[in-house]
Amino acid sequence: MSAVQRFQALSIFLICGLAVACGGSNSHTDTATTPVATPTGQNVAPISVNSGPEGNYVDAAFAGVTVCVPGTSECQTIDDVLVDTGSYGLRILSSALTLSLPQQDSSAGNPVVECLPFLATYTWGPVQAADVQIAGERASSVHIQVINDNFTVPKGCTDLGLAPANTVQTLGANGILGIGLYAQDCGSACSQTGSANPGLYYDCPSSGCEVIAEGLTQQVQNPVALFSSDNNGVVIELPMVSSPEATLSGSLIFGIGTESNNALGAAKVYVPDAYGNFTATYKGVAYSTSFIDSGSNGYFFLNATTTGIPDCTDQTGFYCPTSTQNLTATTEGTNGVSGTVNFSVANADTLFANASDFVFGDLGGLAPNSFDFGLPFFFGRNVFVAIENKSTPGGTGPYWAY
Amino acid sequence: MSKTDSRSRRRASGNSWNFLAAGALFAIISSVLPAWAALGGDAASVEADQIHLQGSRHITTAESYNVHEIQAATGTMVREYVSSQGKVFGVAWQGSWPPDMRQLLGSYFDQYVQAVKTQTSSQMGRRPLSIELPGFVVQVGGHGRFFAGRAYIPDQLPASVSAEAIR
Repeated sequence: MSAVQRFQALSIFLICGLAVACGGSNSHTDTATTPVATPTGQNVAPISVNSGPEGNYVDAAFAGVTVCVPGTSECQTIDDVLVDTGSYGLRILSSALTLSLPQQDSSAGNPVVECLPFLATYTWGPVQAADVQIAGERASSVHIQVINDNFTVPKGCTDLGLAPANTVQTLGANGILGIGLYAQDCGSACSQTGSANPGLYYDCPSSGCEVIAEGLTQQVQNPVALFSSDNNGVVIELPMVSSPEATLSGSLIFGIGTESNNALGAAKVYVPDAYGNFTATYKGVAYSTSFIDSGSNGYFFLNATTTGIPDCTDQTGFYCPTSTQNLTATTEGTNGVSGTVNFSVANADTLFANASDFVFGDLGGLAPNSFDFGLPFFFGRNVFVAIENKSTPGGTGPYWAY
Repeated sequence: MSKTDSRSRRRASGNSWNFLAAGALFAIISSVLPAWAALGGDAASVEADQIHLQGSRHITTAESYNVHEIQAATGTMVREYVSSQGKVFGVAWQGSWPPDMRQLLGSYFDQYVQAVKTQTSSQMGRRPLSIELPGFVVQVGGHGRFFAGRAYIPDQLPASVSAEAIR
C-alpha cells in the first residue's frame, strides 16, 4: 500500500468517524440551518475547528494535506493546515516537512523565493513543486511555498513591517491552504518587470535576493484549480454554533455543481469586484471593501466609534460589549444580488476567559471601513467559493455563494 | 507632541504661505534629499514618498488640511493628510499590495514593527491589525490581493477632523 493509498483509506475512516461525531453535535445546534448530513465522497475532506497545533488558535479550521515528491509515491500528510479562503496557494512550514521537494529556479539558475504579505505577518521561503492530494483529489507538480529561513529576508520584505510567521509557534498551524477566489497568489502584477511589480518573488543567488518577474504558471498556485476534477471551487460546510465549543467538525468539498454533494441549490451568487471585495451595508452605510474569509478568526467590522460597541481594553482589536449584540448587515455583489446576514457579537474577554473553548460563533472585532466575514460566518451556512475563470452552474468565477 | 502644542498649531492655521513656499522649494530640492519620513514629517516627505513609490500625485484641499493622493506604480493608492502647518498627520492606503511601510511611516516605523510583534505574539489568529498607542494609531484590513489601512497621529489631527476622515 502506497502512502497515498494509506491516506485514502485514512480519509474514508475519518469521514465515517465524523458522521457519528456530527450526528452527536446536532442535539444542541439549530437544525433548521445546520447542514443536514455529513457529505461523503472522494471530493470531501474532513475539516476541524480547534485550537491548532499550538493549542491557542480560536475560530480557525484545519485540514490534512498530502504532499508528494512529484511523480513519486514518496508522500507525507501534513495535519493542522489552516483552511483559508482569503489567500491562494499552499504554504507548508519547512519544520513540518520531512520530504525533500524540487526547488524552482529562475532563468538565471538561482532559487526562487517568495515574500507573501498577510495583514500582520508574512511568510518567506522558497517556491518548490509537489503533487498535492486532499481527500481523493490530486494535482501534479503544484508550485507551493516552503516556509523557512534558508535565505536572508530582503529589505523589500522587511520594509513591510510585518512579523515573520515562520515557525509553528508564530503561524499557529503547520501551513496554510489558500483556496480563495483566485488561481495564483499574485496574478499578472508579479509577471511585470520594473516598478509596477509588487515585489513578492525574488531571485536568490548567494549574493542576496532581488525581485524578479514571475509568470502566472510559475507562481504559487491555488491547488484546487489544478485538480484533475472538481477544480472550479470549493464548498465549506460547518454546523451552527450556539454556544462556545472546544472543537467543531465539518467538510471541505471540492467542486461546485460537479457532484451530487456540491450543488449550489438555493445559494445566491455574489460576484466580487476586481479586488475580491463586495459591499456590506450596515445601519444604512455601504462599505464597498468587504469580503468573506475563512482565515479571519471572527467577524471583523468597523470600529467602536462607528458601531457604538466598545472594543476590548486588553484583547486589542476585538469587541467587548456588555451584553451580546444581535446585528444585521446586507451583502451585495457587483451582480446586484443582495441578501441579509444576521450575526451576533459577544464579549471577547468573556469568551476567551474559558480556556477550554476555541469555537465561537459570536466573536467580533475591528476592521477599518470594511466587513471581514470570517470563520464564524461559515457556521451553519454552506459557503461556495468559485475560482476565477472557472465555469460553474452559477456562472464563471470568481464568486461566493451562500 | 502634547495636546497644548497641537492646539497652538491649530491657532496658527490659515497661514498657508509657509506650506506653499515649502512645497515649491522641496519640489526642487527633494531629489537630492534622503527619502525621509512621511507620517509625522513635513510636506517634503510627501515628495519623497511620491518619488519612492514612482507614482503620480494630485492634491485636494479640505477645510483645514490637504490630501496628497499618490498612485504608486503598483496601483496602490496612498493618501497623505497634510495639516495647514505642513505636517503629515495621517496616511491611508488601499490596493492589491501593501505599500513600503518603512517609507510611509517614517520615524514611526520602528514603533509599528514593535507593536505588530507584540500583538501577533499575544493573541494567536489571523485578522485585521489594530494598533492603538497613545501617540500613534494603525489599522490594517484586507485579504490576499487586497490591503487597506490607515495610520495617524491622534494629537496632530486638526480640530474637527475625525480619524474616520483618513481613508
